[in-house]
Amino acid sequence: MTDFYQFFLQSLPNLLNGLGNTFLLTFVAITVGFFIGLFLALGRVYGTKAINLFCLGYIEIIRGTPLLVQLFIIYFGLPSVGILFTPLQAALLGLAINSGAYQAEYLRGSIQSIESGQMTAARSLGMSKLQSIQHVILPQALRVSIPAWSNEFIYLLQYSSIAYLITVSELTAEGKFIAAHTFRYLEIFAIIAIIYLVLTIISTEIIDRIAKRLSIPGIGAAKGVGLRDV
Amino acid sequence: MPMLEVKDIHKSYCKVEILKGVSFAMEKEQTKVIIGPSGTGKSTLLRCINQLSPPDKGEVWLDGEEITSRKTDINVVREKIGFVFQEFNLFTHLTALRNVSIGLEKVKKIEKEAARKRAMEELQRVGLEKQAEQYPAQLSGGQKQRVGIARALAMDPDIILFDEPTSALDPELIGDVLDVMKSLAGKVAMLVVTHEMGFARNVADEIIFMEGGVIVEQGPPKEMFTNAKTQRAREFLGRIGALYGGD
Amino acid sequence: MALETLIESLPQLFNGLAVTLGLTALAIILGTILGILLATGRSYGARPLAYLILIYEKILRGIPLLVLFFLIYFGLSQIGINFDAFTSAVIGLGLRSAAYQAQIYRGSINSIPVGQINAAFSLGMSKLKAIRYVILPQMLRLSIPGWSNEFTILLKDTSLAFGIGVIELMRQGRYIQIRDPDLVLPVFLLIAVIYFILVFTANKTLRYVEKKYQMAGLQAEAQR
Repeated sequence: MTDFYQFFLQSLPNLLNGLGNTFLLTFVAITVGFFIGLFLALGRVYGTKAINLFCLGYIEIIRGTPLLVQLFIIYFGLPSVGILFTPLQAALLGLAINSGAYQAEYLRGSIQSIESGQMTAARSLGMSKLQSIQHVILPQALRVSIPAWSNEFIYLLQYSSIAYLITVSELTAEGKFIAAHTFRYLEIFAIIAIIYLVLTIISTEIIDRIAKRLSIPGIGAAKGVGLRDV
Repeated sequence: MPMLEVKDIHKSYCKVEILKGVSFAMEKEQTKVIIGPSGTGKSTLLRCINQLSPPDKGEVWLDGEEITSRKTDINVVREKIGFVFQEFNLFTHLTALRNVSIGLEKVKKIEKEAARKRAMEELQRVGLEKQAEQYPAQLSGGQKQRVGIARALAMDPDIILFDEPTSALDPELIGDVLDVMKSLAGKVAMLVVTHEMGFARNVADEIIFMEGGVIVEQGPPKEMFTNAKTQRAREFLGRIGALYGGD
Repeated sequence: MALETLIESLPQLFNGLAVTLGLTALAIILGTILGILLATGRSYGARPLAYLILIYEKILRGIPLLVLFFLIYFGLSQIGINFDAFTSAVIGLGLRSAAYQAQIYRGSINSIPVGQINAAFSLGMSKLKAIRYVILPQMLRLSIPGWSNEFTILLKDTSLAFGIGVIELMRQGRYIQIRDPDLVLPVFLLIAVIYFILVFTANKTLRYVEKKYQMAGLQAEAQR
């Protein structure tokens, strides 16, 4: 047992490095993805026919193809037309674009679930469409979206590991590196699995707490409906 | 020896005692109707008899066998006790015909053709042969309940328990169901919980009045309605009788 | 011309596609059967069993698929259990899918009114019979939308088998890229199109199935 503990301590610096990148990928992807998703959702609900179609196209294409393909196209494919990204940049871009499409669908659902009477009331107070969206619709829609948003966070946490396949040194990559040198595959990946599990549980807890703080009675959050529903 | 004997049944839910010692007996082909204010445990009593909700204390004997004992295979016993629910509980994914035949096919292990033939006979008995291939969602409330009765009848039970069979029906559909039940009187034992006073007065061999988790009084309809012995029974029957009326 | 060499690579891509489809088919079968068992076990089984299943679900839904692949392919061989890459991928995809499917099935089970099982019992059906003839048929129909969703997710996740060397669509694409660097963008765009067509077809087909088996009057909206 002490041998295992030693192994764990020796691996720790590398693992923490990798963890740093994992966090970076997850947080940037979910944040940038949020704004992309918001833009797409608003475009689909309130946009002109052209904008709607464009957003729909983006969403359907991204959701209809694997994340890995998207990352390969960005990292391996784009250089051939002169656009070069480092592995980390490519991963951040790819995850953000991917997450944006999924968040768009859920945000759209939440926005549409806010009854039209809210918009009507806002307009009759003299608010412009933009103001109504900003001050009345979004505050409600965003709260409704929280459960699915927390699912998306967990999802990104796990799928950030795909960045390993385009040579980003996140947690899983560090694990592979250590394993390749020590041949202790089982131990290191068991440790990494536990780390991901613990992170999943902790982040669910934290997001739940934040949700409770922000909750307003009467604005129901659709429980258990995931963002990743095609 | 009576066909059904219920001995001192006690049942509690969440620390509240609903049934506080209920005992009575029934003979073959008798019809008994249980009446009383809501929430006095009438439905609970029925569910204790077929063990959907096993009683906390007390015994139930069917055909000389104690069905509340641990050694009894309750599934075999339930083949002999039919149950008709207030909310019908027809199997949503099956046609009317299959709703009636599935017990025969899967529980009594009767061969498919024979089972469906028997099921069709039962549907004819309740007047629904034309609806055999329809799904429950396509049937009216009254039709659903009649399928429910056919489903119970198909199992050839010794007794059928009816748990407020018409309470969930629109008034104009109640008559059809009551007519079917009337046609069964004397052919199969029936224990009916209901508010339908007309049915109680005209079809029951005996009326059981329950309140507060106990049987307050029981007797033949003629006596109970005109000359009940207890004050409470007199009050209830007088008031309810006037409200729900004869048929 | 790039187009010609691309066309020459098509057989290779189709080989990869076959492996991708094989992974998907085997994994979804494993995931479905196991998922149904897990769901019924948690809804109708004894407390300790239900608890164990809950732990299984939490673990399988809490670790990345890639890590799961590594554990099965590399980790297990350390203690003498050797699975080849394809089998490891099927197992990993299947076990994980089962955990997600179990959630879907439990949601369906919970939306079936309790009266259904009461009626089954009062006909003399044992618990097993009631589950088999009354609950399961309804649960499966209610689960079609959720299952379709899970199917397309699985299809896309097969791309991760690339990470343990399975020669599926992605890996073939990479081979083609290494051999012909000029083809990199066209080939991966083509691969994207192939996946898109697969996902699109699967969705359309499953939506047709959903409509066909919808129980009259019962909303299959439960799982959306």
